[in-house]
Amino acid sequence: MWSRYPRRSGLVACGVEELRRRRREREAALRKARREQQLVSKRLLREEAPEEARGECVAAVLGEAEVQQFLRLAQRGTEEKEREKALVSLRQGLQHPETQQIFIRLEGSMRTLVGLLTSNRALLQLEAARCLHELSHSEQSAVAEACLPATSYLLTYLSGHSSDFIELCLYTLGNLIVESEVVRRQLLPQGIVPALAACIQSPHVAVLEALGYALSQLLQAKEAPEKIIPSILDSLLPQHMLRLMQPGPKLNPGVAVEFAWCLHYIICSQVNNTLLITHGALSTLGMLLLDLAGAVQRTEEAGLELLACPVLRCLSNLLTEVAVEAMGGQMQLKDERIVAALFILFQFFLQKQPSLLPEGLWLLNNLTANSPTLCTSLLSLDLIEPLLQLLPLSNVVSVLVLTVLCNVAEKGPAYCRQLWPGPLLSCLLKTLALSDTEVVGQSLELLQLLFLYQPEAVQAFLQQSGLQALERHQEEAQLQDRVHALQQIALHG
Amino acid sequence: VAEEPERSRVPEFTCQVAGCCQVFAALEDYQHHYNMLHGNACSLCSRAFPSGHLLDAHILEWHDSLFQILAERQDMYQCLVEGCPERFKTSRDRKDHMVRFHLYPADFRFDKPKTNKGPALRGSDADPSAAALVDEGDMMEVCSDPAATPPAPTGERRTYSHRVPSTICFGQGASRGFKSTQKKNKHH
Repeated sequence: MWSRYPRRSGLVACGVEELRRRRREREAALRKARREQQLVSKRLLREEAPEEARGECVAAVLGEAEVQQFLRLAQRGTEEKEREKALVSLRQGLQHPETQQIFIRLEGSMRTLVGLLTSNRALLQLEAARCLHELSHSEQSAVAEACLPATSYLLTYLSGHSSDFIELCLYTLGNLIVESEVVRRQLLPQGIVPALAACIQSPHVAVLEALGYALSQLLQAKEAPEKIIPSILDSLLPQHMLRLMQPGPKLNPGVAVEFAWCLHYIICSQVNNTLLITHGALSTLGMLLLDLAGAVQRTEEAGLELLACPVLRCLSNLLTEVAVEAMGGQMQLKDERIVAALFILFQFFLQKQPSLLPEGLWLLNNLTANSPTLCTSLLSLDLIEPLLQLLPLSNVVSVLVLTVLCNVAEKGPAYCRQLWPGPLLSCLLKTLALSDTEVVGQSLELLQLLFLYQPEAVQAFLQQSGLQALERHQEEAQLQDRVHALQQIALHG
Repeated sequence: VAEEPERSRVPEFTCQVAGCCQVFAALEDYQHHYNMLHGNACSLCSRAFPSGHLLDAHILEWHDSLFQILAERQDMYQCLVEGCPERFKTSRDRKDHMVRFHLYPADFRFDKPKTNKGPALRGSDADPSAAALVDEGDMMEVCSDPAATPPAPTGERRTYSHRVPSTICFGQGASRGFKSTQKKNKHH
């Protein structure tokens, strides 16, 4: 591409070539940079029984004798109500780590609890499951591992019909998964992936949310890329996840958020993103982004804004896949509406969630990097000025804005012509006055492209004391080469 | 005594399934009971299972004489873990597989070897692991009159499934009804 344009002088051109190569490398790294960043928010969900929801005081720590007594009563009591109350008392006591420790050290306690979990008394089953759920909250892996005898039953119950019970089992499993690799190593051969794949077909929203939680914990395990994600990709889970993220009247935001994060973890692992693209992930995510922008415009938030972060990350990461670039992206992503949608979201982020601006800009960067079509969209939709207005917000934002502008400028003279004249030069002179090396560096990159394709820019630059702006940085190690290259071009034309 | 205002309280009523004597005072309790104990129950021996998958396996292995005949010639005992395609010659072999490959407990409650006695009796010829569970009674048994259990027919194939009838929906998805939506606390 560079050879099509006449070089100013052999020496400078060579240096500039090298600098451009370095820029392209840096920007490629930036496009892929977010793959490692995973959301490390562990969510422990507690179903509050009505009496706790009303803030009533919870039972005290139980001693060994009490635990034994409650277990005995629950197992062998004659009165149904009595057995139930004993289990409820045990469950309340198990909210305390001390009681949990006492319970797991008591011989036969888990065996009794599992017996109750599989008994023919539905309410005892439910209370026993709630006891397990309390135990699953523990931050000690020993407690989680004490629950191992119950896991085959928790998984078996996932194919039952009682949606409340299934929900409880899923949250319990999710908690146990977080806490212990030993538990995960048992759950995989026990068939957790097929069990989840069957369960994801449930019509119950509560079940789907719980499933999303359990799955997201499984996907964040450190051994997930090698041991877990391959079998998940082999199952029908990805297709169902994408189905549950399809925009439309049936979209449930709570469910979609869970699975959007699950998708993010799978994509970050880079096990097989091409497969996800084959399943239509780009298309679904693109449409979801458009939907989000529409909802934001209608100022109906309805929980959709929580979807923004995972959708932005998933899209940005998938766009760096070789497959996409080879096939030129999918239809929706060449559609200029996606650019318009992003800017609508930028306005929303500015007011409500500023931390998402860099994420959105990163997506814009990945969209425009290899797409002349979308660069044209930016220009024809008059989005350069709104983009420039974001510059003063922060250094991170500045670097991303400048990188996007470089993507546009790099496409050639026709593009640079539309960037010039305009507010661009004065913005660049302002950014050159800053001290952040990255911001200044990216400004220099943009200047280089402008000087290359739009020679008139050099004159204007000189007239506005551009050389002095450059001089400030000529001793800076990381910037020296680029500063000198620009000085040469500016002085020698 | 703690009240539970979120549960829909109704006057006490008994489960309508023949032979079941359980009493309930809240719809959710009855819903859970029904799903767990009658949703996937064998109509021939009244054993209840947590899923249709396990019920199907039970009917095939316990009540289908054709199964027994075929089992003499080929591997008919399917692994009970959903998604696993393995089949075995005997239920013993299948149990070994589930224990060693799937890390299932050796006394998995829903993989009882077939006994010749009715549900109310605990025979001494039963598997030793089953005897250890005497204190809970046979798992998932509905309290039913043993006399009501008909013997398995020979040479006759019927459809045995006993799923939740469509007329019982427990108000799922219906906008009317007593159950209020429960809010959960989520900590992000």
